[in-house]
Order: sequence, then C-alpha cells, then structure tokens
Amino acid sequence: MEVPILKQGPYLIASIQSALADADLVQFRDALVEKVGRFRSRGVIVDVTVLDVMDSFATRTLRDLSQMIRLRGAETVIVGIQPEVAFAMVQLGLRLEGVGTALDLEEGLAFLNRMTRIGD
Amino acid sequence: MSATVANRTERNLSLATPAAPVRRGDADEGRECVVPIEADTDIVKARKQGRAMGAELGFEAGDLAMIATAISELARNIVLYAGRGEIVVRVLHHQGRQGILLIGRDEGPGIADLSLAMRDGYSTSGGLGLGLPGVRRLMDEFHIESTPGKGTSVTLWKWKR
Repeated sequence: MEVPILKQGPYLIASIQSALADADLVQFRDALVEKVGRFRSRGVIVDVTVLDVMDSFATRTLRDLSQMIRLRGAETVIVGIQPEVAFAMVQLGLRLEGVGTALDLEEGLAFLNRMTRIGD
Repeated sequence: MSATVANRTERNLSLATPAAPVRRGDADEGRECVVPIEADTDIVKARKQGRAMGAELGFEAGDLAMIATAISELARNIVLYAGRGEIVVRVLHHQGRQGILLIGRDEGPGIADLSLAMRDGYSTSGGLGLGLPGVRRLMDEFHIESTPGKGTSVTLWKWKR
C-alpha cells in the first residue's frame, strides 16, 4: 500500500492512509527520503492519525526516517498520534526521542515553520 | 539408527500481575480464531483480527490499542526469530467477566535464557530485545514457555474493566 506524499511549498506532507506492513513502511521511509532531495524540501510532516498501533518496528522506522531526513538537511514532524496509541507506546517502553511531534497537521506546520524559520 | 537422547532444558516463567486475580484455569474459554504467521503482512492481519474480537467483547479504545500492539509484538517475534508460527485469539469468560486471551506460538529455535529475555531491554540494562517486558505491561497476565530447539509459546490475557 503506497502512502501519498504531497508537496506543499517547501514541505512534504505524507498522510498514512491505513495500517502498513513492515515492508510498506520501509518503502515509505525510502521514498520520503528520496523526495526530500528531489523537491529540495526543508521539512516533512508524517500524519499517523489513522494508525491504531505504533509497535516497535513502526516506531523505529519513524525514528530512522527522521534521522535520515535530518541528514539530508530537512526537519521531520510526526503528527496525529492518538491518545490510546501514545498510551500503548509508553507501556511498551517505546520512545520517539529526537523526533519532532505535534498534535495535528496545523501544529505540525507551525512546528516546521519554527524549526526552519520559514515564515519569519 | 542411533538413538540419542537430547538433553532438553525446559524452563518456565510465569509473571502474574496482582490486578488480575482470575487464573486462566478458572476461566471458561470460548471461541477462538487462529491466524497463521509466515510473513510481515500476517502481523497486520493478526492484530486486525484481535482488535475486531476485542471490540466485539466491548473493550474500550485504550485496551484495544494495547491488545493490538501486544499481538503485533508477538507476531513480529515469530516472523523474526522462528520464521513461522501462529497467533491464537480466544474469548475468556469468568463469572460474568469477559476477557481476551492471546497466544503466540512457534516451533522456532526457542529462547535459551528466559530471565534474560524478560529483562527490560528498552533501557540500558540489556535483555534480548524481544520486547517481552513491554508486552507484559500491555496485558493483565503473562506466561511464557520455551524449549531450546522446540519452540516458544507466549500466553497473555486481559480482562475487560
């Protein structure tokens, strides 16, 4: 299942549409990292609102994605982690250290504007 | 044919949380579904199945997320370490209470050191990185049996609040 990645000015917005298998998640990560270069993007928003599970693999892949994108010179923000998903992640001991998070798309855009100083 | 008797070590570790006083043996076990686990796509299938059964029983959103996450971790361990196995999701009844039972079992290499596997690995303390201590925190009770060379069976259950 492919995740649509939209270009919005200097940013890329990727909204995950349904539960992703591990291979899909890895493919998504690689596609996003590649597109950051192609579109010379300064920031990336990954919307995970529809995900009802963020297990160890998903968390690690998003953390890797964020690191890889930072190495490409852009910032990442994960938006839309649902409260029950956040609770399960904490119980499981999963962390998204060093990864930007925001409540929703709007907050995510504000986060990127602050991080990249675009819109100053 | 030479008859060799393998020196098997059978280890058993049961960790119960006081919050769930009903023992599994006391509960009636109802219908179940079995999801074969052979590839990463089966992980998603298994957790969808578990979530659907949990929702049918009336578990609330927070519990459903924990059930689905626990299934995901069990299924992933099967794919990673055993290659194939199965996830069983079963309904539990006990004196009007309802619960859900999860079993992740495989005939993989087994776990040689269960106490190491149960050590919390997300901190710096080590552990085997199987995520089992985390999975234990998601559910009410946790039971694991593993025989090196024969396989592993992890059983978890959660009662409806």
